[in-house]
Amino acid sequence: MLPALLVLGVFVIHPIGRTIWISLHDWSLSGRNTTWVGLDNYRELAGDDRFWNAVKVTFIYTSFAVVVQTALGLALAYRLRHTTRLTKIARSAYFFPTVAALATMGLVWRFMLDPQIGLVNGWIESASFAPPAWLRDTTWALPSIIAVGIWKNIGFTMIIIIAAMQNVPVELEEAASIDGANAWQRFWHIIVPSIRPGLLFVSVINTIASLQMFDLVFTMTRGGPLFTTETLVTYMYERGFRDFRFGYAAAISWVLFIIVMIFSIVQLRVFRHEDAH
Amino acid sequence: MKTLIDIPAMPQAAGLSWRRALTRVLTAVSWAVVLIGAVAVLIPILWMVGTSLRTEADLFADPAQLWPSRPTFGGYQRVWSELPFVRLAVNSVVFALGTTLLLILFDSMAAYGLARLQFPGRRIVFWLVIATLMIPFQVTLLPAFELVHRLGWLNTYHGLIVPRMASAFGIFLLRQFFITLPRELDEAALIDGASRWQIYSRIAMPLAGPALAALFVIHFMNLWNDFLWPLVMTNDPEMRTLPAGLTLFTGQHVDDHAVVMAGAVISLSPLALAFLVAQKYFVRGIATTGLK
Repeated sequence: MLPALLVLGVFVIHPIGRTIWISLHDWSLSGRNTTWVGLDNYRELAGDDRFWNAVKVTFIYTSFAVVVQTALGLALAYRLRHTTRLTKIARSAYFFPTVAALATMGLVWRFMLDPQIGLVNGWIESASFAPPAWLRDTTWALPSIIAVGIWKNIGFTMIIIIAAMQNVPVELEEAASIDGANAWQRFWHIIVPSIRPGLLFVSVINTIASLQMFDLVFTMTRGGPLFTTETLVTYMYERGFRDFRFGYAAAISWVLFIIVMIFSIVQLRVFRHEDAH
Repeated sequence: MKTLIDIPAMPQAAGLSWRRALTRVLTAVSWAVVLIGAVAVLIPILWMVGTSLRTEADLFADPAQLWPSRPTFGGYQRVWSELPFVRLAVNSVVFALGTTLLLILFDSMAAYGLARLQFPGRRIVFWLVIATLMIPFQVTLLPAFELVHRLGWLNTYHGLIVPRMASAFGIFLLRQFFITLPRELDEAALIDGASRWQIYSRIAMPLAGPALAALFVIHFMNLWNDFLWPLVMTNDPEMRTLPAGLTLFTGQHVDDHAVVMAGAVISLSPLALAFLVAQKYFVRGIATTGLK
């Protein structure tokens, strides 16, 4: 068991402490020009408009992606929860994008949303409407990326919810049906409460993944136009691996870590609180 | 008795049947939406394949076309010459397969140790493993890069593989599995003179088959599709993996959309084929582990 723990220790646990340490320096890779700057990187972050913009974009992306995905995933799972030949095929179709690389799909969508060669504008124009230039438009770039993110991940969300629904005893639903509950009532009062742990699980996972969004932004817009799609991780990448300001990038990643922690704790608490009632 | 049945029966029945009809219509509509949606989500995939078979002129002439009327294989011929595509593919295989196999070996050994061996600090080690589950990968990226750089491992296979060859999640999942195995199995084997290593490799591992298969599928898929890690750990175009290589070459060296889409189709095809053949492992793996 030593090798695995060694790898985790050297490449995961040690780096966390190291990230804090680096963030307190004006850090250079060679180590020659590294100087202690205390909390200066964090002070600079507090006054950095581009950083606050990245925080805003990350939150917008996460809230839309998670809410829409959970709602759509729940609806799809409800419709496709019984296993028949038809639902199996439909589930596979929704699930298929999950298997593909996010970066590669970002590339495909960048082409699909292209004003000249893209299928999306091709179709809209053939219906004689005037579409925007999606990814080059400051209004439409972020919604486009959110939509692609949802497309990519909806099958995953659906599968987890279906797995949860299949554990709900059929008798519960039947009993409610005999008592005169209609489909809508059965859905809200029987199914949803029974699958709460599954919903919690999938929304926490999706929140954490969305807060770390990088691949789609990098391949579709590189954070543009005018930083309207720049997330925390793409900003960290730019500062760390373009400008080689490691100390500053480390401070950004540490902020990300704290945001992720807060969100997972809050989300767990909210659901646990509701369960108590 | 008689009045109770007779009088209110008529209007209620009429109301019910109206409601029932509405429910039926809504159900039918929702089915239609779900099934049309199932076709719609595959349009980008279809378009990707279609575009890989089109010439540039054809694509610009009619962007509203999903599938080419006269498919050509130019993209698939040129992708090998315009990109170091063989290298990218080999790199992807070495990185994804190598890392996955090492991951499974090391994770299962650690998991077995945590489940069965008595040693001081076992609880602490287990809690450390759990704690690392909660840490976003990006937080460790900068120091991991620095370490790999200091070791002189940038642009090497070991630089790509070694830092990724253990996962807290794998250890956790397999440990949970190993503690459910009856201890009597171990004890009987120990009495027969088997060593701990033999118990691990001959008894525990074969029993963990389904869990290992799920882990293999998920890890392989994630590593094959990984983008940020190979992007950061390599800057030599010859050492990039498929997703990172395709993205960086696009726009800089390669303008032909068919070539890029051909590359995308080829890099998706191993996973797509595996998914079609062994779908249940993907679904089960993801549904039970929550990893994607």
